[in-house]
Amino acid sequence: MKLKLKIWRQKNANDKGKLVDYDIDGVSGDMSFLEMLDVLNTQLIEKGEEPVAFDHDCREGICGTCSLFINGEAHGPDRLVTTCQLHMRKFNDGDTIYIEPFRAKAFPVVKDLVVDRSAFDRIQHAGGYISVNTSGNTQDANAIPINKEHADKAFDAATCIGCGACVATCKNSSAMLFVSAKVSQFALLPQGKVEAKQRVLNMVEQMDKEGFGNCTNTGACEVECPKGISLENIARMNREYLAASFTSNT
Amino acid sequence: MTVLNSRVPEGPLADKWTNHKNKINLVNPANKRLIDVIVVGTGLAGGSAAATLAELGYNVKAFCYQDSPRRAHSIAAQGGINAAKNYQGDGDSTYRLFYDTVKGGDYRSREENVYRLAEVSANIIDQCVAQGVPFARDYGGLLDNRSFGGVLVSRTFYAKGQTGQQLLLGCYSAMNRQIARGKIAMYNRHEMMELVIVDGKARGIIARNLVTGEIERHSAHAVVIASGGYGNVFYLSTNAMGSNVSAAWKVHKKGAFFANPCFTQIHPTCIPVSGDHQSKLTLMSESLRNDGRIWVPKKMEDVKAIREGRLKPTQIAEEDRDYYLERRYPAFGNLVPRDVASRAAKERCDAGYGVNATGEAVYLDFASAIQRYGKEQAHIHGLDENDKDLVKKLGTEVVKSKYGNLFQMYEKIVDQNPYETPMMIYPAVHYTMGGVWVDYNLMTTIPGLYAIGEANFSDHGANRLGASALMQGLADGYFVLPYTIGDYLSADIRTGKIPTNLPEFDAAENAVKEQINGFVNNKGSKSVDYFHKRLGKVMWDKVGMARNAEGLKQAIEEIRAIREEFWKDVRVPGAANEYNEELAKAGRVADFLELGELFAIDALHREESCGGHFREEYQTAEGEALRRPEFQYVAAWEYTGNPGEAIMHKEPLEYKNIEVKERSYK
Amino acid sequence: MSWLKKTFSSSIGRKFSMALSALFLLLFLLQHFVINFSSVISADAFNELSHFMGTNPLIQFVMQPILMFAVVYHFVMGFVLEAKNNAARNVKYAMYKGGANASWMSRNMIYSGLVILGFLALHFYDFWIPEIAHKYVRFEEPDATRYYGELVEKFENPMRVALYVLAFVFLALHLTHGFQSAFQTIGARSPKYFPFIQKFGKIFAIAIPAGFIFIAIFHHLTA
Repeated sequence: MKLKLKIWRQKNANDKGKLVDYDIDGVSGDMSFLEMLDVLNTQLIEKGEEPVAFDHDCREGICGTCSLFINGEAHGPDRLVTTCQLHMRKFNDGDTIYIEPFRAKAFPVVKDLVVDRSAFDRIQHAGGYISVNTSGNTQDANAIPINKEHADKAFDAATCIGCGACVATCKNSSAMLFVSAKVSQFALLPQGKVEAKQRVLNMVEQMDKEGFGNCTNTGACEVECPKGISLENIARMNREYLAASFTSNT
Repeated sequence: MTVLNSRVPEGPLADKWTNHKNKINLVNPANKRLIDVIVVGTGLAGGSAAATLAELGYNVKAFCYQDSPRRAHSIAAQGGINAAKNYQGDGDSTYRLFYDTVKGGDYRSREENVYRLAEVSANIIDQCVAQGVPFARDYGGLLDNRSFGGVLVSRTFYAKGQTGQQLLLGCYSAMNRQIARGKIAMYNRHEMMELVIVDGKARGIIARNLVTGEIERHSAHAVVIASGGYGNVFYLSTNAMGSNVSAAWKVHKKGAFFANPCFTQIHPTCIPVSGDHQSKLTLMSESLRNDGRIWVPKKMEDVKAIREGRLKPTQIAEEDRDYYLERRYPAFGNLVPRDVASRAAKERCDAGYGVNATGEAVYLDFASAIQRYGKEQAHIHGLDENDKDLVKKLGTEVVKSKYGNLFQMYEKIVDQNPYETPMMIYPAVHYTMGGVWVDYNLMTTIPGLYAIGEANFSDHGANRLGASALMQGLADGYFVLPYTIGDYLSADIRTGKIPTNLPEFDAAENAVKEQINGFVNNKGSKSVDYFHKRLGKVMWDKVGMARNAEGLKQAIEEIRAIREEFWKDVRVPGAANEYNEELAKAGRVADFLELGELFAIDALHREESCGGHFREEYQTAEGEALRRPEFQYVAAWEYTGNPGEAIMHKEPLEYKNIEVKERSYK
Repeated sequence: MSWLKKTFSSSIGRKFSMALSALFLLLFLLQHFVINFSSVISADAFNELSHFMGTNPLIQFVMQPILMFAVVYHFVMGFVLEAKNNAARNVKYAMYKGGANASWMSRNMIYSGLVILGFLALHFYDFWIPEIAHKYVRFEEPDATRYYGELVEKFENPMRVALYVLAFVFLALHLTHGFQSAFQTIGARSPKYFPFIQKFGKIFAIAIPAGFIFIAIFHHLTA
């Protein structure tokens, strides 16, 4: 197929940036979206131009590095996939494709389509852990049985890959789905309950500091999330946060 | 005579690690604050090491090329992690895990390291559960297990098809706690460019900030390399795009020996290549072989009809299918180790029975598992076991709950529904057992330089069993290195901060800058990928699943030629002092082009077949690997200025606690 | 009280206060509807209920101020959040397919809210200001029978009826998202009950505004 690409080019964080048009031919449906960009980049390099910078690494949908806002949607039109797993068979010959970086004030552009998502890391630093040392002397793994339903739900929440599609797609640039996934994972496990109150208070505080927007429950994040993280987690975090606010000792 | 000292402690095998821990020097908590440690890489090994060292009180500087430590490629491990917990009561034990691992590695790993690995494996599970890793559980609330290749017990703990992700996020959370405490200084989007050696000891690194292009000096009292494997030397592999050998190769060039580079794991169940545009290969977890049956048609006319689209695999009668693993290896069936399964697939495809257009694919079929589970469910719920649609529906649900994410991934990539039609799979490069040579303390031949996880060579011999990579990464990082490094650092409590204005840092930084400037000013005409792809093709064709002396000699020549051309004709657009992925790639491919040659040299010298290393000249009458006792050693290569002139040092392997015999899975 | 301030100035706290005021307004809307609907059945009943509401001190001096506060709070906080949310994305997308993953209602609460605000201005002008003037400015004699007549009179003008109908359509859109959203925000989302809340919310969001529309048209046609 032949495609027209409108790609956001921005030299660095201080540059203003703009959409630039590229034509690409010979795209096969079996290519992933990123492989299509690889082809474009090879052509650009051989023409002596600078290739388009984009984040990517594992290319199997799990590392959460790839991003891209494709034709108005995070990770493009397909559901439950990251951009690296989006295949060109989802597009038609002659299509025009807008390719933009994930946009949010909290995700400043580094270059072209690469953004800085370290805000997510800082939220995790604020409490995304259980305070247990690696002494090798923790109790036996089977000492505390965990209700299977809770264990499964904790797992579902924990499958978040931290790609930022929730923020990118949310009309408010809210990070609630991301933060709630981590809060939920630990809140559902007995090991995590010990410091659950302080965790949720600290993580939400950091989330607010980073400049993400507020959740207005549009549900767009859940639809665009490549891992299908449920809105249930946001409700759980709301609950945990409010309860912690009123009942914690600090 | 060998210059290698593996520093294996005295005493009976089962007591060695305990005795060693009891005897090695410790650093008191107050003094740990005075000591800096650099960790390069934040996967399971690096992440767990960084977190644990920081917990102990050392000042850790951790580096990763990704934008967050959470993205290291350990995250992509799917199936599970082994541990000798014996929760299933099926006869597992530390010894049995040790035995399986040594046998699985085709008797090419260091016995004592493997035993220690098996010994600490149970601790890993305890630790991870305490950290909130949501492993799969049964209805009683206790941990569930599954089986993996090459073993006869169920000892694999898992979290659906995302075990690596969950374990890495566990490490990442432990790191976050230390980052918040200020005990880990995290350097994201930083690449290690060079090791700095002062007075014979590893004392720092030169790193490049991948966002600004700035060249930075970082000093420490010890340096830990946890940068993973080098499977990307094949260009196409299941590794992440950024996975590279550079950190390991740079330390090799500075004096660390590189061991058994030719031991590479070709994983049997990956999605086949679809075209020239392919940038990477996707693994389908080995856990699928718990329930999937591998086959090709028995009749050549069926193969032809399938390739031409006249016949669907589901239309082929049971008696016309060749379940070749079950046929050849009745004891282990579809769960033979990876090297065996891969070679068997290659054998069938080479014989012309490959089932896709390129002739390089076999079927992985879940129809009988769906039937079996469906009937079981129907029985449990008191429904009609003969209702075909119902049984299929119920069975599909069970399979979905076990492997749903893998099936979905397959469908997205191949555009076929694997619940309805068998998956097509083919082997692909997955893991490298070889790596930087380390002693029992995980220290390399450079004092103060350690290598852990996939980056070292020690535990998997010539073939790694499934679900053992996660085990080794975490064992090294959580439970081995943090002890052994103290022994070395105890001598450094009075050293004080290592200054970064030493001439050694100047020299290292200048060398890095010179290479970078060389790249950006080279007026070549071809992209970095062009050379990488060519290297990969040579590696796959001649140094891949089956190797012979003739092909290896050609490969060595060809790699040298590509390397020469690369330096003349590579084009790296953009500048040095900015975000420049091509520049980062150029440095990595330059190192792959050197490693590739050593890899082929190692494969050529090893005149035997063992594990992932299969020399066509050395096979049994039935086509199995023919191991030769005279090669029962580790080949550790010393760099002398050119990969072609590396000097080999042998570390003999002795098995005092396990009988070396023919590895049979029949 | 600093923890309270902290809680209610956090993103979740702000949303929580939005949800609480919304839930209160939902209850108010329901009672308002019940009283209005009585006018369709019986003028006397409507007069009696209105008189009670208009003169009961608890309603007038406790509930009315709370209601005023809730209305003002809900609007002001709605604007504040909208402004903050807007600022959270300083560079906008060239192409944004909001409709691909979220309903129009959920994405346009600010607009449906603005229409309702406009309607409230009209509504205050029509009823509340004359009422306050009647009772607390001119101190006129209480008259328990005046309410029905005043109501019917207002719906003589077809333009006004049209404006009312339009406003209630927007109210329905606002509630379609808002009802379940309030429950989500306060964390009431058990997998067991939430589908019911969602369904009930949809029915409420359509039935109540439809009822108000019916009342307006009824009086317009029967006057």
